[in-house]
Amino acid sequence: MTDAHFSVGHAATPSAAATAARGSGRPKMAARGLDFFYDGFRALKDVSLDVAEKRVTALIGPSGCGKSTLLRVFNRIYSIYPKLEARGEVLLDGENILDAKFPLNRLRSKVGMVFQKPVPFPMSIYDNIAYGIRHYERLPKSEMDARVEQALLQGALWNEVKDKLKQSALGLSGGQQQRLCIARAVALRPEVILLDEPTSALDPIATGKIEQLVAELKDHYTIAIVTHNMQQAARCSDFTAFMYLGELIEFGDTETLFTKPTKKQTEDYITGRFG
Amino acid sequence: MNATPQSEHIVKSYDEELGRLTGEIQRMGALALAQIDAAIDSVIERDDDAALRVVHSDAAIDALEQEVSHDVVRLLALRQPLARDLREVFAALRIAADIERIGDYAANVAKRAIVLNQSAPVQLASALPRLAQLAVTLVREVLAAYRDNDADRALDAWTRDEELDEQYTGLFRELLTYMIEDPRNITPCTHLLFMAKNLERIGDHATNIAEYVYFLVHGTMIGQSRRKGDSTSMSVAPFDDPR
Repeated sequence: MTDAHFSVGHAATPSAAATAARGSGRPKMAARGLDFFYDGFRALKDVSLDVAEKRVTALIGPSGCGKSTLLRVFNRIYSIYPKLEARGEVLLDGENILDAKFPLNRLRSKVGMVFQKPVPFPMSIYDNIAYGIRHYERLPKSEMDARVEQALLQGALWNEVKDKLKQSALGLSGGQQQRLCIARAVALRPEVILLDEPTSALDPIATGKIEQLVAELKDHYTIAIVTHNMQQAARCSDFTAFMYLGELIEFGDTETLFTKPTKKQTEDYITGRFG
Repeated sequence: MNATPQSEHIVKSYDEELGRLTGEIQRMGALALAQIDAAIDSVIERDDDAALRVVHSDAAIDALEQEVSHDVVRLLALRQPLARDLREVFAALRIAADIERIGDYAANVAKRAIVLNQSAPVQLASALPRLAQLAVTLVREVLAAYRDNDADRALDAWTRDEELDEQYTGLFRELLTYMIEDPRNITPCTHLLFMAKNLERIGDHATNIAEYVYFLVHGTMIGQSRRKGDSTSMSVAPFDDPR
């Protein structure tokens, strides 16, 4: 790693060695000189970062560092609120999604998001999955059944729910609800999945299942995950970005960042010396 | 270049546990140094009792190594150390194993001293204390480097192991000559050779410790491979060519 990887204004790119180890890993999404403002407060400062294709990129940092904000800019979820503004570029396959001409519908179908607290719709398990698909496609029932089954299989939930697809999703456990939310995101066949602290409300067994799921999903999807749990970032990501006070401090392959970080701020944070 | 001073952990007991670990290593090191000194003294003084005490005292180093292993497992399980902390814990485990071996070699020297004392006194052992002195210096240096997180000092000691290897090779040749001169020297000289080999091995473990100190500070291993100065495995007995 060189300092060029961390310098502000340049895109932070995973190390060549780490990338070469597992196929191409070209940048699927990229922030370029990204600033973000909450009603005038600058929450992201000139962030440049690549999210490698079919890899897991973890964003870590203390509360308020901007990691969740960055994730939310990646699918423009902020645009439902007034007084929020992003400047700079966020590229998806080279196209700037911040451009007003980039259709939001298309963005949301390509970039799915799963939140900290599982939010199943108050409807059946089946309809939770089918709801989003119906929004984009009109399918005959047999095809829809197949899509729902496929999504639940990918969400590692099928075996637990196949006999109660018509029951309310609200009856599922927290861990099952979260896997349902992941299955719901996967059902739209997105290219990128954003996970915002997906396991912070789950017990270790449910957490383990989600992490296993992430490991399986990365063969097909590009994944970015925000987590407060450093061991989780270490366990399931290929690349890790450490953010602090709205800035990207250090970005590199996960093994290097957790064994030999180059910045003192990163070292202090991951070893519990911060503040 | 050496480590920037570390600030304290937010959880204070974490610092205490890491401090306890490094303290155990320091105590092990001090014991091992005392053991080498005592073992060599027992050779020079031809003191069976002193040699026996060295042999028995090795158990204290072994017990400390057990404590280090226990504390390392505990730290890994309960603290999940990362970055510098992880290297600290890893280095402690490896360094403890090296010190334990150094202790074993000191005990081996003492065991041979007891056997050697059964032969008539030999005046051949003068080079041995010099070899021991250098081995002790190297061990002392790497332990000081560990205590002070001083990678430069570790690197310096690491380089000096070559001197020890060369002294050992010299001693090896000298003892071989004595054996050729008078076959009655073969038994005591063989014991002395083994003692010298033990001291040379102590130097190798000191270089291992130097490598872990360097890794602890920099996060990388010492780059170049050290040139081996011990060439006795290629040596043959000097002899007069009859032609």
